[in-house]
Amino acid sequence: MEHMTLLIGIVIVTALVFDFTNGFHDTANAMATTISTGALGPRTAVAMSAVLNLAGAFLSVQVAKTISGGIVDESAGIRPEVIFAGLVGAIVWNMLTWLAGLPSSSSHALFGGLIGATLVAVGAHGIHGDAVVMKVLIPAVAAPIVAGLAATAATRLTYLLGRRADPAAASRGYRAGQIASAGLVSLAHGTNDAQKTMGVITLTLITGGVVAPHSDPPLWVIVSAGTAIALGTYLGGWRIIRTIGRGLTDIEPQQGFTAQTGAAATILASSHLGFALSTTQVSSGAVMGAGLGRIGAVVRWSTAGRMVAAWALTLPAAGLVGAGAALLADQGAWGITLVAVLGLAVCAAIRTAARRRPVTHANVNDLPAEPQDAVAAAVAAVSPPPPAASSTTTSAPTTA
Amino acid sequence: MSIDWHALLTVLCATLAATVGLVGLFTLGVVGLARPAGAARPRPATAALTRAASWLCFAACAAATVWGIWLITAK
Repeated sequence: MEHMTLLIGIVIVTALVFDFTNGFHDTANAMATTISTGALGPRTAVAMSAVLNLAGAFLSVQVAKTISGGIVDESAGIRPEVIFAGLVGAIVWNMLTWLAGLPSSSSHALFGGLIGATLVAVGAHGIHGDAVVMKVLIPAVAAPIVAGLAATAATRLTYLLGRRADPAAASRGYRAGQIASAGLVSLAHGTNDAQKTMGVITLTLITGGVVAPHSDPPLWVIVSAGTAIALGTYLGGWRIIRTIGRGLTDIEPQQGFTAQTGAAATILASSHLGFALSTTQVSSGAVMGAGLGRIGAVVRWSTAGRMVAAWALTLPAAGLVGAGAALLADQGAWGITLVAVLGLAVCAAIRTAARRRPVTHANVNDLPAEPQDAVAAAVAAVSPPPPAASSTTTSAPTTA
Repeated sequence: MSIDWHALLTVLCATLAATVGLVGLFTLGVVGLARPAGAARPRPATAALTRAASWLCFAACAAATVWGIWLITAK
């Protein structure tokens, strides 16, 4: 029992770490265009988003209650080790995509990690295949397209209606609208993503016998999950903010407003109908749509292509790491320790790699440097770089 | 396994209608407040009416936002 409680403690801490990475990974969803158009200063934007994420975490516990039963079948014998392994997979993938500045889905990383770990530890009967397709894969394809279409149409309309208005005064109005719609996206993000972590922690507590099955998340779980995601959001994933705000297309206040509104509408409509979708993919799709909607705007398809590739890779890659971690964690206490040590080492390596070319609130609105290959960046991050590679990295052109 | 096309279509229509409707309303409000560049100053009564109409548009947008928040909490 003593061992059990320690393990559950480790899993809870890992879940909160994932929640933290989820926060800084997804700040961009709500705030990237708000920052790039100058509607809000970078620090103000992330602070506002953090507060609204925290508030959102308290709004509802519906998503938290559906996460476990939906995709992973906890009655098939999921143990805390398996959840731990899945979380490690999700964290590692989140860190890698953050290093590459790619807005990939934190939710998919979480699902992928859990699915991979469950497949190895329990077998295929631990997974609801139908639910994976219907609740994860189809929304993953549909949501960015829906958000993109809505944003394109709305952008066309707003430029048509507003073509005779005084540009300076109109920009002021659109910036105010942007702040409001970005706030709504932040709130929706808090209700959706903070709850996913709450669901995972509650699932752990249930499998460990600490709380009764089918119970609501305890208050301390809600508070700690909300706080973790808010802290992560406040830290700001500046690399990803730069990609969405500057890398995909050049955003004017009108487009920022339509993209944010399209994203908020998509998230609200689909969560009302019970689709668990990725706020990241919705926001990126909406920004692309807003780019396509303005005549004369440049959409950088190479960046978009890398982003979509990261989306496709997220489930299998996080699943692979989760599966490997589950294989180790199943070996007993030393295996779990090894997974924890390896996970920490990878995160530390990625942080070190990120320091070479830092992106902060000060340079977030600069244009991204020449896109680097995501896979190469990932490999360079996890393996100790040979002298040649490190010299090319440092001599690479820094951001203009 | 069946794909729930109906739900997908509902999401598509609801999103399109909500986004285009809200953005359209908001744009009308913005246009009302921002006089066309170089336009003559309108009569005071007309100006007040335009301003009122603009704020009505913004109020409708705010109401829709509150309804959206209610949607995620009441589920």
